Amino acid sequence: MDTTQPAVAPKTEKKRPGRSRTPSGQRSGLLQTILIPFLAVLTGLIIGAIVIAVTDSAAVAAFGRFFQAPGAALAAVWHAVKTAYGALFYGSIGSLSEITTALGSGDPAAIRQAFWPITESLVASTPYIFTGLAVGLGFKAGLFNIGAEGQFFMGSLGAAFVGYSLIGWPWYLHLPLAILGGFAAGAIWGAIPGWLKAKTGGHEVVNTIMMNYIAYRLSDWLINGPMKAPGFRPVTPHIQMSAALPRLFSDPLRINVGFFLALIAAALVFWFLFKTTIGFQIRAVGANPDAARYSGMSITRTIVLAMTLSGGLAGLGGASQVLGVDYWVGQGFSAGYGFDAIAVALIGKSHPVGIVFAALLWGFLRSGATRMQSLAGIPIDIISIIQALVIVFVAAPDIIRGLYRLRKISAEKVVLSRGWGS
Amino acid sequence: MTTATTTRALPAEIRRSRIIGVVLLLMGLAIFLLFGIGLEGGLTTKFGLNPGVGSQALRIPDLTLPTGATIYLLSAVSVFLGAAQIVRGFKRGGLVIGLVAMFFVIAFLAWAARGKSFNLVGILSSSVVRATPIALAALCGVISERAGVVNIGIEGMMLMAAQAAVIAASLTDSLLIGLVAAMFAGALLAAAHAFLAIRFKVDQIISGVAINIFATGTTSYISSRFLQENSELLNNSGVLKPIAIPLLSKIPILGPIFFENSIIVYLMMILVAVIHFVLFYTPWGLRTRAVGEHPKAADTLGVDVFKIQYINVILGGAIAGIGGAYFTIGSAGRFDEVMTAGKGFIGLAAMIFGKWTSIGAFLASLLFGFADSLQVKLQILRVPIPSEFLLMAPYIVTMIVLAGVVGRAASPAADGVPYEKN
Repeated sequence: MDTTQPAVAPKTEKKRPGRSRTPSGQRSGLLQTILIPFLAVLTGLIIGAIVIAVTDSAAVAAFGRFFQAPGAALAAVWHAVKTAYGALFYGSIGSLSEITTALGSGDPAAIRQAFWPITESLVASTPYIFTGLAVGLGFKAGLFNIGAEGQFFMGSLGAAFVGYSLIGWPWYLHLPLAILGGFAAGAIWGAIPGWLKAKTGGHEVVNTIMMNYIAYRLSDWLINGPMKAPGFRPVTPHIQMSAALPRLFSDPLRINVGFFLALIAAALVFWFLFKTTIGFQIRAVGANPDAARYSGMSITRTIVLAMTLSGGLAGLGGASQVLGVDYWVGQGFSAGYGFDAIAVALIGKSHPVGIVFAALLWGFLRSGATRMQSLAGIPIDIISIIQALVIVFVAAPDIIRGLYRLRKISAEKVVLSRGWGS
Repeated sequence: MTTATTTRALPAEIRRSRIIGVVLLLMGLAIFLLFGIGLEGGLTTKFGLNPGVGSQALRIPDLTLPTGATIYLLSAVSVFLGAAQIVRGFKRGGLVIGLVAMFFVIAFLAWAARGKSFNLVGILSSSVVRATPIALAALCGVISERAGVVNIGIEGMMLMAAQAAVIAASLTDSLLIGLVAAMFAGALLAAAHAFLAIRFKVDQIISGVAINIFATGTTSYISSRFLQENSELLNNSGVLKPIAIPLLSKIPILGPIFFENSIIVYLMMILVAVIHFVLFYTPWGLRTRAVGEHPKAADTLGVDVFKIQYINVILGGAIAGIGGAYFTIGSAGRFDEVMTAGKGFIGLAAMIFGKWTSIGAFLASLLFGFADSLQVKLQILRVPIPSEFLLMAPYIVTMIVLAGVVGRAASPAADGVPYEKN
């Protein structure tokens, strides 16, 4: 309640920043929506390159003799960065020469081998699409779902359970049921903190993080106990192939229907958010809960629904990973999808289309980083550093604007959370 | 004629009071049913009240309680309190819940260690030690949020500080320098967070999450790149030894628990007192709290809002740094990836539980520390509960706490809102 309005009329000569209405202003606005995330990623990669160069012993040694041999120093730095990012590129997309040779030879095995990196990147992107959608949906409702990790994991367990325990079922019953199992498990995992937030005001950031840890411990117990496959390894049994998501090609390509499921999910989320009444309610609650409450919407129900759907989406991600790629769940399965999903949702501006592109980028980066680790010896954690930088640059676009001398246009602030108060 | 005015409690309050009473009653019954039924007669539980060898405390006889009688007594008292709550209602309902919860734990311990002995002083003393990083994280949160800046990145700050401590201490062979390095690392990350939140008005939760991801990536990167090969040189610091305070450590029970600890624990206890004093009894503390509640009012009175926010957040980072140092130079003597294991987030929960006061945060941290030590002890006692569920306990407790069992806590009014000076 703002009761500190000054008695004098508010200053009108100072132009209030707002969305520019001129055609060039609108074009600049749209341009910047795409440009800033792109520049953010680019800048992040550049800083990553600096980190790689600075921690590469050969480059550092050469730099020590910079004044005697500046050319050699720069060459050493360039070599370090080129090796690293070259491996990154090769790991994520593959080598163009290899692809053309394989296509030219017509040998199916060679073709498959040549396309392996790019399909692996698509496989890696699939969980990010699902979890990115999950976090993005939460953002639209004004909720910060950091629990995507735990929801993903519970979804994978749910899908695995349905997958291995029902034997002899036809695929057109088994597969949808398994997917549903994954969705349900993730949805429950999201509904609990959602309900707590709606009824008691308990902030979803800490609650979802706690649910993550509880999910790890619960899954530890399940995978070592009731859900353990016979044998020594702490893994679930292999799912029945009647529940598996079909692969598109034969080995070693792992790309499967799950990727297209993810795209369908993105389309569904788009339709839900922007073309249905409930979706509108969710967005309204996210934008201005007081106005939404005043107009008669049930905030409680909307928050719980949003968190449930969000959890379900993340659970679908887990399901697609189990049913399409791994076919079993192992202990300590976490791969940091939860935090990556936040970055993906942020870069994608919480819009399904943006999220898909951001998820693809993330998948390609991750896939390449694994290669970068084995080929160039760069620890995969560099991606986390780049990730954090990208998040910062996207969340504080003024930094990028300042760095690249872009025009200052004030887009509407993305309201993501309101501190601890409900 | 005098009319006696009676205040009638609202129906909602009566209902809430009755629900609490029912809960107490159920807890009392649970004590009887879970621990009392089927108890073999004539058992005693010995609660060891003396610490291990090497302590300076005066020896006192151990407390031997008849198991059955203790359990039945605690159950009866709890039921009685529950009935009284339903009929009359206690003024300090929260306190009574805490009391009955304590009865439950004592009964549980008596049952779990029936016929055996159980070192009570040992578990309390280890509770204080395990509570230390949580308390330090909570203290960081307290002073940061009292100034209006939400700090989710405490976990990341502690992680970086832990690594900085062990590297500095290994290189210089001085644990003190390690501690200073930890404080410096924590303060540096906090400065970044403050810069983003105050200058660029980035959503403070995003900034905190980015800091966590950055810290995880950086520490894992450095760990893989440098610490694994050069572990003798960089990752081998030794551990801070406990120091016994000359006279106070002789006190039985309290002595070994509080006065025979490492310097980090003492720092924590000193900080609890100092922060409480500064926050509530000095002009600086008043200004800080004013900034957190109503920055505009503070600004019009000439308080430099930004300066206070910067200083508080950075000091908080230094405190979190001490907390981080606990993991390496205070406990393990080496750095392992992601070794903070969520203690920063539990610290946030302790801060909320403690209603944003340092003493409250300390008591809440003791609770979490106790839960932590308990699950270790219970594994030793071979209690027939899977260890994974015991490990879940601190997180579940956090969620229950946040759900407002102890009453809904109010954060500083302007917490999380970037101050716009215009």
